[in-house]
Amino acid sequence: MSTTLTVSAALAWRNLWRNHRRTLIMLSAISVGTWAMIFLTALTQGMVTDMVRQGLAVLPGHAQAHHPAFRDDPNIVNLLPIPDSELESRLVGGDFVAWSTRINVPAFVASERETRGVTLLGIDPARERDFTFVELDTIDGRFLETADDTGVVIGRKLAETLETRVGKRIVVMSQSPDNEVADRGFRVVGVFRAELPSQEEDYVFVGKATVQKLLGVPDRVTEAVVFGNDFRNPEPVLGQLEGFVSADGVTAQSWKDLDVYLSTTLAAMDGFVLVWVIVIFLALSFGLVNTLLMAVFERIREIGVMLALGVKPAAILLQIVLESMLLLGIGLLIGNLLAFASVELISDGIDISMVADGMEMMGATSRLVPDLRMQDVVLANGVVLLLGFFASLSPAWRASRYEPVEAITTVQ
Amino acid sequence: MTAVRCIDLCKTYRQGEEDIKALDHVSIDIESGDIVCLSAPSGGGKTTLLNSIGGLDRPDSGEIYIAGQRIDTLSKSGLAELRLNHIGFVFQAYNLIPVLTASENIEFVMQVQGRSRGERRDKSEEILAEVGLAGMGDRRPAEMSGGQQQRVAVARAIVSRPTLVLADEPTANLDSKTSDELMELFIRLNETHGSTFVIATHDQRVMGYARRLVKMLDGRIVDDIDQQAA
Repeated sequence: MSTTLTVSAALAWRNLWRNHRRTLIMLSAISVGTWAMIFLTALTQGMVTDMVRQGLAVLPGHAQAHHPAFRDDPNIVNLLPIPDSELESRLVGGDFVAWSTRINVPAFVASERETRGVTLLGIDPARERDFTFVELDTIDGRFLETADDTGVVIGRKLAETLETRVGKRIVVMSQSPDNEVADRGFRVVGVFRAELPSQEEDYVFVGKATVQKLLGVPDRVTEAVVFGNDFRNPEPVLGQLEGFVSADGVTAQSWKDLDVYLSTTLAAMDGFVLVWVIVIFLALSFGLVNTLLMAVFERIREIGVMLALGVKPAAILLQIVLESMLLLGIGLLIGNLLAFASVELISDGIDISMVADGMEMMGATSRLVPDLRMQDVVLANGVVLLLGFFASLSPAWRASRYEPVEAITTVQ
Repeated sequence: MTAVRCIDLCKTYRQGEEDIKALDHVSIDIESGDIVCLSAPSGGGKTTLLNSIGGLDRPDSGEIYIAGQRIDTLSKSGLAELRLNHIGFVFQAYNLIPVLTASENIEFVMQVQGRSRGERRDKSEEILAEVGLAGMGDRRPAEMSGGQQQRVAVARAIVSRPTLVLADEPTANLDSKTSDELMELFIRLNETHGSTFVIATHDQRVMGYARRLVKMLDGRIVDDIDQQAA
């Protein structure tokens, strides 16, 4: 077998360069196709990754714990049954990249001119700084400093709507557990910017202890949120979180359950990549099969001679398949190098602010940073090699089936 | 010892509406070490007989034995094995592999047989010298004359010491001087290596070199002449 392989490989290599022009044209097509597969997939994955990261930074984190009824009714009555101080002491012992506990309830904010419905977030700023969607370095005024900070931080869009600014007062109204209106005036201490306008419009930050006091729920929160290393694989942190809270009847869920739209988008993206790679390959395969058929037709007599000399049909089949694999292998190598170079070239991202509104609708930002994932690279290369192998079987089979006596007498 | 035995071979081709008998109850024995010419006009059946003996074509009926082994019942793979190890071919159109050099063409069969690189190299150089092409091993077929290419083809056929060498119109594309040189080479190789040569030809000059001349017409053997005795 090794002898057959050696002979077949040597002949396949020589035959590949027999018609330089045809081989180079086919190599160009494979290289560009491979580059397109990998590079455009990296761009699309970059957009989806950005979308998911933005989505996770807004609220869900990688996993969250809630009162079992909170998801259906995000009301202050559905508090976590574990005291916040107890919950925090449990989370400290976890192997999380970051974590926080919050009060997350619907509320109204009113200025002297406008009233808006918002999400009121009572947070410990020290814990949220690492992953908040608020752009802390461009904030107008300041961010919250402690959990008992009595100021309020709102988004730029909301400030425009309420016609308010840093230093002015707004009223925050929500509902207490006994169904009474809980309201209080807050001074705006900061106006933040975020990647997405909706984030600037919908969220209001107040110190966690201040909100607990406002709503009359001391030492209680509505959710615990944790972050792990890889948002694509939230199971390890979810498992830990479940271990910390499930004994108290608390529900823990990963972001994939909390934000079905995002998780579906991510899953659909993997399917899309496969379809995209296959579509490009199908276009390539016509050229590949045509090239191989031409190569076989041009060598009918030669193949007949080899068969006559005692080369087995399987060795002829192997030789043509190897020729195809060599062609694909070189094309893939060049295509991969081009794709890696292209990704490296724009590793800081591309400014796509001209289509920012469209990106905003998808939950992505206006800077597209390619996300080159090894599994996508392996998928693209694997699909090309695997389908290329099958595509080359037909011409190879045809070549191996020639009758030597007829092939030798073929006029070419 | 009998190198080739054919018993009652029949082969019919269909050409349009007509059936053509390429072999019509042909029986022949060829002794080891002999040089036999099969001579016939075009369509007389000499190439079909040669191809059948070489396992390139199958008769419709009859039996063929090479060195005592029946071959007409062998599978495709079995025939390939037989051709690889026991039969050398020389074709009219040389049929060298164009991407290989002269040496590589000669080594090709040995390489497929799985012989070592050193052995292949040694035998290739030796046979190149024997066919008068010493120092031309690095040339590709396109860089050689017709006569030189045919010598390489002969070297390829003989290098692995086959039991039988089959040559189909080996001089058809050569001038008379080159044809004579080639036939003298056949005689020399036959004497040196003891291989049996069966040559299909309609070239009178080639026939003159054979020890035995078998004449065919319309798929039948019509004459069998021992030229040495004559």
